[in-house]
Amino acid sequence: MSVLLIAEVTDGQLAVDATAKALTAAAQLGDVHILCAGAQASAAAETAATLQGASKVLVAEDATLGHRLAEPTAALIAGMAEGYTHIVAPSTTDAKNVMPRVAALLDVMVLSDVSGIVDGDTFLRPIYAGNAIQTVKSSDPVKVMTIRTAGFDLAGDGASTPIETVSVSDDPGLSEWLEDKVAASDRPELTSAGRVVSGGRGIGSEDGFEIVEKLADKLGAAVGASRAAVDSGYAPNDWQVGQTGKVVAPELYVAVGISGAIQHLAGMKDSKVIVAINKDEEAPIFQIADYGLVADLFTAVPELTEKL
Amino acid sequence: MKVLVPVKRVIDYNVKVRVKADGSGVDLANVKMSMNPFDEIAVEEAIRLKEKGTATEVVAVSIGTPKNQETLRTALAMGADRAILVQATEDVNEDVEPLAVAKLLKAIVDEEQPQLVLAGKQAIDNDMNATGQMLAALTGWAQATFASELSVDGETATVTREVDGGLQTIKVKLPAIVTVDLRLNEPRYASLPNIMKAKKKPLDTKTPADLGVDTTPRLSVVKTSEPELRKAGEMVASVDELVEKLKEAGAV
Repeated sequence: MSVLLIAEVTDGQLAVDATAKALTAAAQLGDVHILCAGAQASAAAETAATLQGASKVLVAEDATLGHRLAEPTAALIAGMAEGYTHIVAPSTTDAKNVMPRVAALLDVMVLSDVSGIVDGDTFLRPIYAGNAIQTVKSSDPVKVMTIRTAGFDLAGDGASTPIETVSVSDDPGLSEWLEDKVAASDRPELTSAGRVVSGGRGIGSEDGFEIVEKLADKLGAAVGASRAAVDSGYAPNDWQVGQTGKVVAPELYVAVGISGAIQHLAGMKDSKVIVAINKDEEAPIFQIADYGLVADLFTAVPELTEKL
Repeated sequence: MKVLVPVKRVIDYNVKVRVKADGSGVDLANVKMSMNPFDEIAVEEAIRLKEKGTATEVVAVSIGTPKNQETLRTALAMGADRAILVQATEDVNEDVEPLAVAKLLKAIVDEEQPQLVLAGKQAIDNDMNATGQMLAALTGWAQATFASELSVDGETATVTREVDGGLQTIKVKLPAIVTVDLRLNEPRYASLPNIMKAKKKPLDTKTPADLGVDTTPRLSVVKTSEPELRKAGEMVASVDELVEKLKEAGAV
């Protein structure tokens, strides 16, 4: 069994958290080669080479692989597929864009958001927004999958895995990158943050999120939001935590004004310590919180920010 | 320009999903079924392209049971011009896999020759998030997934995509596959006169055999279970007590 792990490379740097957790999952399946692809990927490959658990790091560097456009990236991966039993990537938006295309090029099904590994053919994945967990067995010769990384530990570092260069296929030239609008923030990145403070519909307005942000800044935490808050326009979509947003597993998760719809719980239930602040004592979030406080968030949250 | 919109019939998003006690799946008996919400957004966007004069015809396609006709009638009532049902199964519990769906859609694309396929980014039942990308691979077309803005300009489409950390804008050559995210638009409700009119719009029925596609699944479901939930912890009476508990737990 040999596994090709597609590293998450953003602007030439390795997204260590996503890649190192996916590596832990991949290592359960066999001998792992890590692929770092991008317009610049050497620095990412050097970082990947320090991760424990892989036998080789492959680097594919070419201008056409910049911005992870689906067509050239999928062509590269599908072209390298021979000899691998599994092609694995962390469940990021980049991977979700690329991996189903890879699978179809290889005439196999994709397995999205794998949350557990039973054996080399059998996997767990959430369906219906996390309301059910399906155990599926694949009959395909190569398993193409994305890994929901929250449930896997970080692979260790300190390794010095050999790095090899791979050649890049021709770009079909179907799409062209125009612009990235990345929200500039000094806060930690949501999916890898050690602490997260999230707001829900109870926040009531875009301005209301300020108290959530102040608490987050006091804690050195990332800011998240429930889908209800995003749909109501209180928070940007890239803050969304839940089945249709990001899946997080920080040391501390503070849910403010979030009722606890299962679609939200699917995105944060692996957090180590969960705190819920909500004025509705019947809110389902209290059924999974380690510490619950029934209070008006507009007084409790500023008080908490001050007292921490 | 012709626009093709695949629509899936799924359990209504307001219905509480129940896992069957024998682990064989989710209970779909006597449950309200609706159009997948992301597909509704795709239908809406296609109709808006037609209203702007960019699209000339909107064709809705659904793959599944004979009941999927209802979903197609909804798309027609919203404003699609005609519909194609690919009757792939009689059993509502049989979920046709994205790879098979993509192959069926590829066959429809070959017949219909649309310039744009607008699809939902994911179905809220299997949450696979795959059909659009797979269809793009099979057609060899460009893809732009998770769209929150779309403008079509002659030979190309400019698409703003919802990605981790923010937004990405790309330009794709047509024909292309675009999958849509939540914030692209707010779908309209079909009016009663339009629901009546939709009953007279053309709806063709085909089978996978007609299209020459083998839909044998590659994944088999071993079992379906309830998610493990955490146990409730304790309630605290005040912010001071919360701070104290968090300090004790070493969380702050």
